[in-house]
Amino acid sequence: MRLYRALLRLYPSGYRQEYGEELLATFVDKARERTGLLAPLRNALAAAGDVVPNALLVHADLLHQDLRHAVRSLARTPGFALTVVLVVALGVGANTAAFSLADFVLLRPLPFREPDRLVKLWQATPGYGRFQLSPANYRDWRAAARSFEGIAGYTNRQANLVGTSEPERLEIARATPELFGLLGVPPLLGRVVSPADSAAGQVTVLGYALWQRRFGGDPRVLGSTVRLDGEPHTVIGVMPPTFRFPSRETDAWTPLIFTPDDYLDRNDNYIYGIARLGGGISLSRASAEMETIARNLERQFPEENKDTRAVVLGLRDDLSEGSRLLVLALCGAALCILLLACANLASLLLVRATGRARELAVRAALGAGPERLVRQLVTESLALAALGGGLGVAIALVGTPLLGRLVPATLPVTDEPSANLPMLIAAVMLTVLTGLSFGVGPAVAAARSRSFDALRDGARAGGGRTRRVRAGLIVTEVAASAALLVSSGLLLRAVDRLHSVDPGFRAENVLTLSTALPWAKYLLTERREQFYDRVLAEVRALPGVESAAYVTGLPMRLRGGIFPVAIAGEARVADATNSVGLRAVTPQYFTALDIPLREGRDVGERDTRRTPLVAVVSRSFAQRYWPDRSPIGMRFTVAGEERSIVGVVGDVRTRGLERQSEPQVYIPSAQMADSAIMFYAPKDLVVRSGSAEAALLPAVRRIIGAADAEQPISDARLLSEIVADETAPRVTQVRLLGALSGIALLIAGLGIHGLLAFAVSRRTRELGVRRALGEATGSLVGRVLREGLLLSLVGVALGIAAAYLAARAMGALLAGVAPADPATLVAAAALCLATALLGGLRPAIRAARVDPVVALREE
Amino acid sequence: MTTDRADVESLLPLPPATFHILLALADQDRHGYAIIQDIEARTSGELRLSAGTLYRSIARMVEQGLIAEVTRRPPAAADDGRRRYYRVTPFGRAVARAEMGRLAQLVRLARARGLTPETA
Repeated sequence: MRLYRALLRLYPSGYRQEYGEELLATFVDKARERTGLLAPLRNALAAAGDVVPNALLVHADLLHQDLRHAVRSLARTPGFALTVVLVVALGVGANTAAFSLADFVLLRPLPFREPDRLVKLWQATPGYGRFQLSPANYRDWRAAARSFEGIAGYTNRQANLVGTSEPERLEIARATPELFGLLGVPPLLGRVVSPADSAAGQVTVLGYALWQRRFGGDPRVLGSTVRLDGEPHTVIGVMPPTFRFPSRETDAWTPLIFTPDDYLDRNDNYIYGIARLGGGISLSRASAEMETIARNLERQFPEENKDTRAVVLGLRDDLSEGSRLLVLALCGAALCILLLACANLASLLLVRATGRARELAVRAALGAGPERLVRQLVTESLALAALGGGLGVAIALVGTPLLGRLVPATLPVTDEPSANLPMLIAAVMLTVLTGLSFGVGPAVAAARSRSFDALRDGARAGGGRTRRVRAGLIVTEVAASAALLVSSGLLLRAVDRLHSVDPGFRAENVLTLSTALPWAKYLLTERREQFYDRVLAEVRALPGVESAAYVTGLPMRLRGGIFPVAIAGEARVADATNSVGLRAVTPQYFTALDIPLREGRDVGERDTRRTPLVAVVSRSFAQRYWPDRSPIGMRFTVAGEERSIVGVVGDVRTRGLERQSEPQVYIPSAQMADSAIMFYAPKDLVVRSGSAEAALLPAVRRIIGAADAEQPISDARLLSEIVADETAPRVTQVRLLGALSGIALLIAGLGIHGLLAFAVSRRTRELGVRRALGEATGSLVGRVLREGLLLSLVGVALGIAAAYLAARAMGALLAGVAPADPATLVAAAALCLATALLGGLRPAIRAARVDPVVALREE
Repeated sequence: MTTDRADVESLLPLPPATFHILLALADQDRHGYAIIQDIEARTSGELRLSAGTLYRSIARMVEQGLIAEVTRRPPAAADDGRRRYYRVTPFGRAVARAEMGRLAQLVRLARARGLTPETA
């Protein structure tokens, strides 16, 4: 019996109260029929067999009943239901997406062995926070450092893969043999580069994507020979799909082997350093050691290593601050939306619950216990949360991969970001919690009061406390939307400012493509010039083409490519503070890009190895060394050769719109010494046409194919796209934030409307009395609007304060826009207040229309 | 209370337990255990309701208005102080009759097709 009584607890309490005793009595009666030795056991079994399934069925019945009730009651107020579902969906969706992205970019362990111990090594010189190492410095650091388990170096290059199908340009990482062991990723097939390879012939390890794309995933590729830039390489291994080091674009790896010549120039910086911290060694200890090593080297090489420091950065922290902030800003915005969603949900449910106090009181009077009512309300809230959450999950699942644009390309991971389960659960829980606390709490309080006040017509539920909660909700909603508006406004201004930055050239109507000539085949300048001359002559003859030229690298694509210079007759040392962006160009480069010629002449057809060496420099270069006279005819040394200046052109933002660029020096490509500074050999073709530049591509391809059938063409793009790429992550982010702000405003407007409408309906009687006493319509409207506006003002002030703090934290994203940019603040505040006014308008008008007779009769 | 045809129809066909409970209460008001006993006796022990199953049915039937708890007890002799007694409502009777009609119609149809019951 005791067992049965205990088991009865499984029933819902209302049901238990109603039928518990009867159930027990009936069970006892039945139990009396059972006799014999095993009777107690049989009774116990019967008790369990009876109660457990039936209790579950009763619960299911109730759930079914409540759900039906919930559906009916929500169907009666579709606006409410829809708003709640959308608000929840948005809160859950936006947050899951944003935080999944943050997790992906900032937190998730990189796919290497013990990734926390991996660090990047950089050189730092004045003006350059992170600079590649020169082979000599790399060698000396490596020899001296004790903090690391291992140090490896790599550098990126492109190589043409020529073979069975169309020639293709590959992104290759040349890495010292230590790299693979250091990262701790075994190959999928074959083996990785070993120290023994350094001495032996040419080998390569393929990336998974390349292996699939070019070799159909055939394992027999091992041991076969591929031609990279015409040089035979034996395939020794294939890496797994997750291995994407150093970047997501890397196609294959070849050994990086230094020759004694490589160590000669301590200022030829092209080695990226990566290292694994030794066991138990902290980043700061390693940094301190590297600092000492760098200082020792400076003492040894006071000229070349002047002011050269070492920087040690965790591999994950190696992301630029901009990329990091882009993601964090999005998270901040998502949090604002979540706050807003919760506040809105709270106000919607609060209004609804208080409005339902009467319905609940009626049901309580008819005998429904508070437990039954709570159960009903919980079911309703959960049903709403489930609908909204479900939609939110869908938004997150679809939306997160779309945020891929915000993932920096330098992140060495394979996959696209995808919605993250813990984030999803957290967001759903939060909204459910809000739904429950605000949806159920007030209703239960109202129902439990047991006073029959609520039954009386015209009852005014909610006293001072509801009023305070209401005020708090309005302030929260306005503050969150104001913060969001100000932040996205500032970022929008930043993008605007960047778009108005003059890149120094005109990007419209310029077609660009890349033909990276294999060094082995084109080591001689004359051979390269033959190729350029033939291609350029034919391209210039194409209808519509205005000018065409070849250049080392396009601005904003080739950001570095810098070289120190020494001015003839000056004591200045050729170090990093004297660096310029060096480019080799063919004639017509400045016309093709519309870079203005300020003084002197362009590079000409007659500038060859047989004529005096010349250079065209940018205006800032001229101003740096000859601020008060013409630089024409002045002489300086770059890349080991002295040249005289024949022309001055405008400056170009080679490093992109957001950074200062070095002054530029352009040398005629025909004046490059054979097999010298091959990196600077022109590879990018630029073609300016009157219009329809994209349509030229097939003809240009044919021309290049005819000049060298083995020469692959890559990166065919419009120059305007390259410039647009500069701000693409920002534009994506601003669009996202803009959309979120718009939605936030809408949500806030709805929330304010709901709360004020509710307040007005609660005050019908008071308003009626005022009306009867002769208060003017305008004054009544003002009374309602004033309440909304005052609260909104408080909200705006709080929101702006929050946005100011946020803006200061994301200063790097603002491109010089002040965190307290007045135009943005005024616009955002005005928008918020306008929304508040709009939200309050209908309730205010309703207040003015209150018929005193009706209002008083209701009492 | 007028019994609406549509209300009645909406409950058909009745679950067997419901029909049996209505039958058990047709001649007299009974409490739970008495209902179980009556059904057991009438079906020769084929349908044995457990307490839980019975009260789940009762709860639903009360809600549907088929039966009601009686406040006035039967004559003292049969009264068991602790017990709650149930009675068929007029609506319940209408529903029981409608179910009967439905079953009878079914039997008639079966006979017309030449089917005969297993045991006569």
